[in-house]
Amino acid sequence: MTQPQQATETSPALPLSDVARIARLARLKLTENELAIYANQLGKILEFMTVLREVDTTGIEPMISAVPCENVFRDDLIVESLPRKLALANAPKTDGKSFLVPNILG
Amino acid sequence: MKYDVIIGLEVHAQLQTRTKIFCGCATDFTPDAPNIRTCPVCLGLPGALPVLNKRAFEMAVKAAMGLRCQIAHFTKWDRKQYFYPDLPKGYQISQYDLPFSHSGLMEIPADPEVAGAEGLTRKVRIIRAHLEDDAGKNVHDESGRGSESQVDLNRAGTPLVEIVTEPDLRSPKEARMLLEEIRLLLLYLGVSDCNMQEGNLRCDANINLHLHHDSGITTKTPIVEIKNLNSFRFLEQACEYEVSRQLKTYGHLEEIADRTKRTFGYDPQRGVTIEQRSKEEAADYRYFPDPDLVPVIVTADQIQLWQADLPERPQDRRQRYQTQLGLSPYDAGVIIEQGRAFADFFEQIVTHGAEPKQASNWITQEIQRILNERKCSIGEFPVSAELVGTILKKVSDKQLTLKAAREALDALVSYSEENTVSHETLEKVIQERGLAIVQNDELLLNIIQQVIQKNPKPVADYLGGKQAAAGSLLGQVMREARGADPQLVKSLVTKALDALKSGNS
Amino acid sequence: MTLEAGGSLKTGSGTGTSSLGSLFKALNSGTTTSRQIVESCLNAIDKRDGSIGAFLHIDRERALQAAEASDLRRSTGEVRGPLDGLPISIKDAICEAGQPATCASRILKGYVSPYSATVIDRLNAAGAIPLGRVNLDEFAMGSSSENSAYQLTHNPWDLTRTPGGSSSGSAASVAARMVPGSLGSDTGGSIRQPASLCGVVGLKPTYGRVSRYGLVAFASSLEQIGPFSLDVFGAAALLQTIAGHDPHDSTCVNTPTEDYLQTLDTPLTDLRIGVPKEYFGEGLDPEVQKIVEEALAVYASRGAKLIPVELPHSKYSVATYYIIAPSEASSNLARFDGIHYGYRSPNFADLESLYAASRGEGFGSEVKRRIMLGTYALSAGYADKYYVKALQIRRLIRQDFDAAFQQCDVIAGPVTPTPAFKLGELADDPLAMYLSDIYTIAANLAGIPAISIPAGWTASGLPVGLQLQGPVFTESRLLRAARMLEIDRPWIDRLPPVAGG
Ligand SMILES: [Mg+2]
Ligand SMILES: [Zn+2]
Repeated sequence: MTQPQQATETSPALPLSDVARIARLARLKLTENELAIYANQLGKILEFMTVLREVDTTGIEPMISAVPCENVFRDDLIVESLPRKLALANAPKTDGKSFLVPNILG
Repeated sequence: MKYDVIIGLEVHAQLQTRTKIFCGCATDFTPDAPNIRTCPVCLGLPGALPVLNKRAFEMAVKAAMGLRCQIAHFTKWDRKQYFYPDLPKGYQISQYDLPFSHSGLMEIPADPEVAGAEGLTRKVRIIRAHLEDDAGKNVHDESGRGSESQVDLNRAGTPLVEIVTEPDLRSPKEARMLLEEIRLLLLYLGVSDCNMQEGNLRCDANINLHLHHDSGITTKTPIVEIKNLNSFRFLEQACEYEVSRQLKTYGHLEEIADRTKRTFGYDPQRGVTIEQRSKEEAADYRYFPDPDLVPVIVTADQIQLWQADLPERPQDRRQRYQTQLGLSPYDAGVIIEQGRAFADFFEQIVTHGAEPKQASNWITQEIQRILNERKCSIGEFPVSAELVGTILKKVSDKQLTLKAAREALDALVSYSEENTVSHETLEKVIQERGLAIVQNDELLLNIIQQVIQKNPKPVADYLGGKQAAAGSLLGQVMREARGADPQLVKSLVTKALDALKSGNS
Repeated sequence: MTLEAGGSLKTGSGTGTSSLGSLFKALNSGTTTSRQIVESCLNAIDKRDGSIGAFLHIDRERALQAAEASDLRRSTGEVRGPLDGLPISIKDAICEAGQPATCASRILKGYVSPYSATVIDRLNAAGAIPLGRVNLDEFAMGSSSENSAYQLTHNPWDLTRTPGGSSSGSAASVAARMVPGSLGSDTGGSIRQPASLCGVVGLKPTYGRVSRYGLVAFASSLEQIGPFSLDVFGAAALLQTIAGHDPHDSTCVNTPTEDYLQTLDTPLTDLRIGVPKEYFGEGLDPEVQKIVEEALAVYASRGAKLIPVELPHSKYSVATYYIIAPSEASSNLARFDGIHYGYRSPNFADLESLYAASRGEGFGSEVKRRIMLGTYALSAGYADKYYVKALQIRRLIRQDFDAAFQQCDVIAGPVTPTPAFKLGELADDPLAMYLSDIYTIAANLAGIPAISIPAGWTASGLPVGLQLQGPVFTESRLLRAARMLEIDRPWIDRLPPVAGG
């Protein structure tokens, strides 16, 4: 297939401050090295995305889903919950009753 | 300097479905048994998917219709993304640009202390009501340092309706009144228990001031959102504090450069609001349509059916009690505020023949007194509204005095402890206790003649000019003629004595 | 006793298993038992998986017990269907109660699912035996197995090459004759691409045909669980078992499932095959092109008409996909936060650093790259430019297909631009890796079904698949069309070197 133009070596990197902001928003701790690599790669990928600008999408309804379904409901009927032990079984830290996290107010 | 207070509310009410909004976990839980009502869906386990609870949607529609909102033909679900331990999926399922309802209206009496507002009605526009899932609960250890918080996900996934108003409120008191009015509405519609201690009804208040400086310049203070107020008192107090804080901070400024919205919490112990999130971390929720859910499409026919099914709003009832039943606004308000079952009881009393005013007095005094004594709710009142209505009808038909009616009610209530109470019981009580008004003047005149004959001394005193002497005679007649109408007795006794007097002279 | 390729039975050699179809026949005729089949699979795994690296976890005891239960059913005439007693490997992103589900990620190391995916319940109800959990690119993001946090999976036809991905272990475990079938998932080609590179059948169902409940989500609006099998019969039987409405998945449609097995052997007459010119242009390996064209010639010789069609927006599908999929992924993967399950980093000072460290250390680099990309595409100020724009072009891509299917019954073309590439070859160039999905991605965006079937082998012995795409809910048509090629050019007897070929 005719492939869209590939991003070039000279593609602009995403500004490091943007990468850091996005990493914070996504709660990802990245090393300096990772930040630099992602800045570079994301820059290239985003430049590659600019190919989409050439498509006129005026008046085109965004396609959120491929199923034309609507009004899918469940009845308000109780289904047995998981035993607490099982609900907590995969948790990194619990007191046997609740999930434990570092003091939120602290 | 003059100023206007500008307040808008975001009210969150938990819908009283049996199960959570997107899974089958029961919504009955208590804080002392954490994490017993969870499943893969509400734990946000990998691979789990939500399916919408039909009843949650219908209850939310009911709430919105009560708020006089338009119901949208098409609505969808969006993810609101942020990280917090009580939010196991990392996003809340909410509604962003296409909520299921919009453009409603609530009315409350305007706060008379707001300049020029006395006697007016405050119209508060509802921007939208939308449906979303609630978060769990973080239990903080506020004492020790370095300790941990506990996360309980029982509440995660319970259905919430969020009601957002325009900033149409003009005082902290109005804010409180609106929240009270919304609570009443949701209770009457039967969609939420509005239990504020348990956080089932809570609200955020957006508040700022328009300062009218003497120079003629008007400045607007930055909007502050006070989060998570879970009592009427806290709402009013927090807003009052914020008014004074903003006055102090900005009152002298004719120019306010930074008007970024800020988020505060309220500390009820200290009675102050505290900033929660600093400005530079303005939230970026990255809303986008939830691909795990499908839209809901509501037809006009369906909306019509729901509308026809909608219970009468307390606001409309309050109005009807005044215009149709002739109650004062105060009396109507008192009955409505006691809740739907109470108001229904009142209406049944009226339906069974009581004078509305009499019924209103009785339900707010006699019945309320008995409820207080017995520490029970109107639903548990041992005498049916029909019987109460029958008793009061006998009063207006002059078959019972009010006092006798009270005695009859009390007798029925104590009788009810061992027996069921029926019309026969009522008749029996009236009979046995001789509570019926003695309508037969013949009988009454006989009693009066006997009393006069047996009491020559007071009779003589009366005839000698001592008006007060008639009192003891009256009392004796009343004792003999149980249930007689005191007014009637008084006039007959006076007539008999006066006859003696004229006979003597 | 073991089953050899093509359904012939051998005793004791343990060199391999056969297709689901021939095993089904062998069980029915009483020439083998489920227990023997399972044992033979376990033997094959012991022998071969050291060099293949498909399996992450095997529960032998459970599989053997299930086999015995199946044999008991068979002896009392209570067989549950064509898969009863047959072992199936499961992509490690499909949850099974009591089994690990790592998604080949460090962040889910040690995670044990307390519940089963709907497809697993259906396999169990049909008597099929989930035999083990197989490798993938972390959270199904990747096309080579190189993004697995645990191990590389090697292509059974050439161990230095990729088996494809992300359902790497599914394709490799079937191709190496360690299991006769597998369940994988396809978000942008993750079933079809590895099926093609490994020389097995792989089918991506119509979006909404198969429940996603219990499939760890990568891009919810794009992905479907689907079957891998050596033969078309197996793919049909697996699809028959897992397809259909599920009240636990709101996006799983309520339309009735066809009987895929009943019509399977009936060739399609007057088949109109759409051949998009966009699929045969620049970037397509000439050998791949030749094999695909030969397959088309087979259809033509059986009376099919080849009709040129156009898919003008297909050239935008990679860019569109790599906005939509990472956007959804950035949200779907927010739940891996070190709070309720999964990896929690010891390197934190407070709540926020707990999140950031756990996620930063728990996710691999491709997953982080896509989370970053998706977070960016959804963030304030960028959502309209990227996310919404991509959704609009997605509709245009779907409309292209709708228009093309006015003229043809199926659309045929290559699955991948090249045969299996060398492990390590594209690892440092994410964009080049993304472009290798160029022919498979559009079906996911449009939600249509597509199948990859072995079409031939290159001169150096690497398998090449043919892709058939159809309108929504035409799985039956795709399977019948695939069967036509299988009858004409049977591939099952060709064994990879690791299985004695
Ligand atoms: Mg909200
Ligand atoms: Zn639940």
